[in-house]
Amino acid sequence: MLSFVLNGKDLKIDTPPDRRVVDLLREDLGLTGTKEGCGAGECGACTILVDGESRLACLMLSAQLEGRRVTTIEGLAQKTGDGLHPVQEAFVECGAVQCGFCSPGMVLSAVHLVHRNPDPTRADIRAGMSGNLCRCTGYVKIVDAVEAAARKMRHKSVTAAAEDAAP
Amino acid sequence: MKNVLLPRSLADLWRDLENEPAATVYAGGTDLLVKMRGGAVNPSALICLERIEELQWVEEEGDFIRIGSCATHAQLLESSLVRQHLPILARALEVLGSPPIRNMGTIGGNLCTASPAGDTLPPLYALEAEVELCRQDGVRRMAVKDFLVGPGQTRLGPGEVLTAVWAPKADGYHLQHYEKVGQRNALACSIASLAALVCLSSAGLVEKVRLAWGSVGPTIVTCPAAEKALVGERLTLKTLQQAAALVRQTVSPISDVRADAAYRRALAGNLLLRLLAASR
Repeated sequence: MLSFVLNGKDLKIDTPPDRRVVDLLREDLGLTGTKEGCGAGECGACTILVDGESRLACLMLSAQLEGRRVTTIEGLAQKTGDGLHPVQEAFVECGAVQCGFCSPGMVLSAVHLVHRNPDPTRADIRAGMSGNLCRCTGYVKIVDAVEAAARKMRHKSVTAAAEDAAP
Repeated sequence: MKNVLLPRSLADLWRDLENEPAATVYAGGTDLLVKMRGGAVNPSALICLERIEELQWVEEEGDFIRIGSCATHAQLLESSLVRQHLPILARALEVLGSPPIRNMGTIGGNLCTASPAGDTLPPLYALEAEVELCRQDGVRRMAVKDFLVGPGQTRLGPGEVLTAVWAPKADGYHLQHYEKVGQRNALACSIASLAALVCLSSAGLVEKVRLAWGSVGPTIVTCPAAEKALVGERLTLKTLQQAAALVRQTVSPISDVRADAAYRRALAGNLLLRLLAASR
């Protein structure tokens, strides 16, 4: 029996230990937001967060999830409690989505990046998102969105700190 | 269905290997799972090393940095010991794979996969690093250049696991350079790569130089003749071009989907000319 935290909820599931995580999520749990593009670690469409770090669900076996905290695109919004995550908001506002196939992976890679570098330059963003391929957008609006998301999240943390300090 | 074991200590690992002697051992899985999916390998059981904490430590041991084999590339990039004493390794790690691949893949995995294109291998050759190989009843150390035998082939024995990399501190080298050429800037498998360590005298003459190329032979290629030609010289276009000619005679590249052999041969020499810009 495999036991881990999926999108904030404890989950116990009987699954073969050598099942790929992308198959467990999509086929067994119905979480089809995680996409399979290349199946070989070269496109980033299956990016998920494991203990807050970006990883590829096509290159992990389900046994490796034991005891871990997993966030998929489905769980990102509910994590913040109020609508979309700032990165998702920024993707919508900047028009950083065309066909949408790469978007879940793009968004989760952006969350990983902004979490580690709250004030990234455009070059930092291009490097930080370099594991995710997009065949539609040409990336400009995606870089715009990550830049806007970082700004939103810095503003949010400043506001939160000011509220905490208020009498 | 294959069993997947996740030992939490070396003691657990030896027990698991006794119970599943035919198991394939893996760390990040970024190479093995691709091969499994393609049908190139079909192990009866798997042992994943990612939970063994003692294999992830990076420590200072006298003149060496001892790197646990299961430290991920991302962990090594964040290590102040690696940044301070092994900048050449950090340069290679920065261009290895992609951020999620660097969060998964490990230095031990890169060595055991033994691809001639493995990005950590040329720096480890240039550094004259060693691997630590453990089995239940003993441990041995071996130079990386002896460990790597050919594409996908190492001297790892049955029941043996690569537990650490011992890299001599590279503090004396003024110039620590790594460059790879691929078909794109990210997620690129190298067409050719060069790791270079250069120690210059106060007059700007080369005192010591170590060079190692990736993707231009069955394993990493060195060129003692080119190193010898550079010692005592300034790094000028002329001296580097003379050394580059020797390099092109030494490498034994193949043609594959990424580039043909003639291109790789030319490139191996040209990569050396970059030291001119890197030294300024």
